[in-house]
Amino acid sequence: MKRQIPLFITFFVGTLLILSVFIPPMETLGEDFTLFFDIIAVFAFFLGGGNLVRVHVTKLMKRKPDWGFSIVTLVGFAFILAAGLFKIGNPGDIASSVTAEGSWFQESFNYILNPLQSTMYALLAFFVASASYRAFRAKNREATILLVAAFIILLGRTPFGMALTAWIPESFSIFQIPNLAIWIMNSPNLAGQRAIMIGIGLGVVSMSLRLILGIERTYLGDDRA
Amino acid sequence: MFNCRRKSNGLCLSIFIVAAICSLSVSVKAQSETIDSTVVTDTNLVVAAPPTSVIASEYKYDDAEALELSWVPSIDDQLVDGLVLAYRVYRATNGGELEMIEELTPGNNNFTDHDLSGDSSYSYVVAAVTVSGEYSSNATAAISPEREWLNYEKKWLFLIALFITSAIMYFIRTARKKKLFVRKIAGLEAIDDAVGRATEMGRSILFIPGIQDMDDVQTLAGLTILGRIAGTIAEYDTKLFMPVSRSLVMTAARETIKASFQTAGRPDKYHDDIVTYVTDEQFGYVAHVDGIMVREKPATVFLLGAFFAESLILAETGNSIGAIQIAGTARPAQLPFFIAACDFTLIGEELFAASAYLSDEPRALGSLKGQDVGKALAMFVILIGVLATTIASAWHVEAMQTVVDTLSSVFSTK
Repeated sequence: MKRQIPLFITFFVGTLLILSVFIPPMETLGEDFTLFFDIIAVFAFFLGGGNLVRVHVTKLMKRKPDWGFSIVTLVGFAFILAAGLFKIGNPGDIASSVTAEGSWFQESFNYILNPLQSTMYALLAFFVASASYRAFRAKNREATILLVAAFIILLGRTPFGMALTAWIPESFSIFQIPNLAIWIMNSPNLAGQRAIMIGIGLGVVSMSLRLILGIERTYLGDDRA
Repeated sequence: MFNCRRKSNGLCLSIFIVAAICSLSVSVKAQSETIDSTVVTDTNLVVAAPPTSVIASEYKYDDAEALELSWVPSIDDQLVDGLVLAYRVYRATNGGELEMIEELTPGNNNFTDHDLSGDSSYSYVVAAVTVSGEYSSNATAAISPEREWLNYEKKWLFLIALFITSAIMYFIRTARKKKLFVRKIAGLEAIDDAVGRATEMGRSILFIPGIQDMDDVQTLAGLTILGRIAGTIAEYDTKLFMPVSRSLVMTAARETIKASFQTAGRPDKYHDDIVTYVTDEQFGYVAHVDGIMVREKPATVFLLGAFFAESLILAETGNSIGAIQIAGTARPAQLPFFIAACDFTLIGEELFAASAYLSDEPRALGSLKGQDVGKALAMFVILIGVLATTIASAWHVEAMQTVVDTLSSVFSTK
């Protein structure tokens, strides 16, 4: 029964949601089930939060390596939880919004979390450079094509690229580097992306059918596919 | 008015003519005063013709909750730019008073009214707004939204889905009888080697299931692959670590790994700390996982699931520590990053095929074969479409244009 009930629920809900696409009175079912999922996810947060506290308290108690960071995590967790629950520093009373300007919760978000997130995001610029350097090495034929395409697109987005081929007459304007870059993005690149999208769509259909029919049930903790 | 005797017919006629002339002059004067009062009294008055032909009609294929409204815009909106400032749509419910429900920009000629009830009737008035006021159309006839039980607009989608589903079901059924050929997927062939490498180096394996929740099919695909490889990890007695950004994923991943360890005959090796929840915040999670990579230096990193901007940060950090990396996602925008930074990448559908591929189970493999029928259909339609479009535009063949239009309507996503 431990496996049969989840399999039945998967089959029932999956079939219902497929039908809801074609039956107008059922078309809001998808949104309803998303709402049910959100409610379950909110309760599951207690599991996640509880696990976080348990892991770091254990690390702290056993003085495991880098236990000092666990203090930062636990203090931060307790602080933001208290600021949100008790609405510390809120300009209004306890009934006012938790994200009201001036509240400790919102101030922490604005002046601690947001800059930290931006910092992490900014790392992307450096990683793009290092990844491009590796990807664009002409090791074989495919990599050489990639290098040439990337070079044209990079050049096509700069004023220098425009100036370099401005002399080409209008009747051959496709060979101007900016136009060539546009053509690469709109034709070969888009065609490739669409091919991947078609494959993904079919993959999702196939995977969903395996889940609905109970052929795939590894995610339920059942390895007997 | 005039009571005359025969003897004085001539006098009467004269009086009648004079009276008629006086009457006419008074009337003309009065009229001229009226016209003067319209034109002269307010030179700033901006008059616009109201919208015409306002029609309220049934909104197709809904659950009796919407009506469509269309009209011919005010002629002054069409001829004089800036004269009509907006269109206001008024609605009367069950013959009640009109209330304004929407203000639209000039040039608009239709509006869909949602969140209605099939039990009520509605009539509408559309008014053109100028600086001087509103010029309203006549009210439409009262109409009630109707419920449709089948969305015929999606008939082609239904038929295509039915065809592909039938093909998949057919191959699932027939797969038991004969062995199906499935091409080798390099990324999946490398899984055993990647796990073995970590074992030989005495280092851990890091599994990252993306940052989406259990309602994303990519996360499910990632967990099914985890189920397959966790058994190998248990057999090799390698350390597995899996930080997650969603509580439900944590619970599901624990169950999956526990079952795999049991199947592999190593239930004693399982403990809850293999899977830990970090945070729902995207970059907070990335900071934590990057920290683990740099400190623990895992020999193998799996990145299988739904990824966004964090894909390159994670993959590049994994690359910098020399880990062998196997990645897979169904987000086309992130695939180039994985291809650049990882050793093996499962591109789109390969992520979904991985579990079936690894299981070697006939029914699961059959579903992959069914997918190929869908691909063949897509290739056939694309080929026909390209040929028809080329011929239609190069030689103006009417029949080919009809083919293009038909294909467009069949595969339209509207």
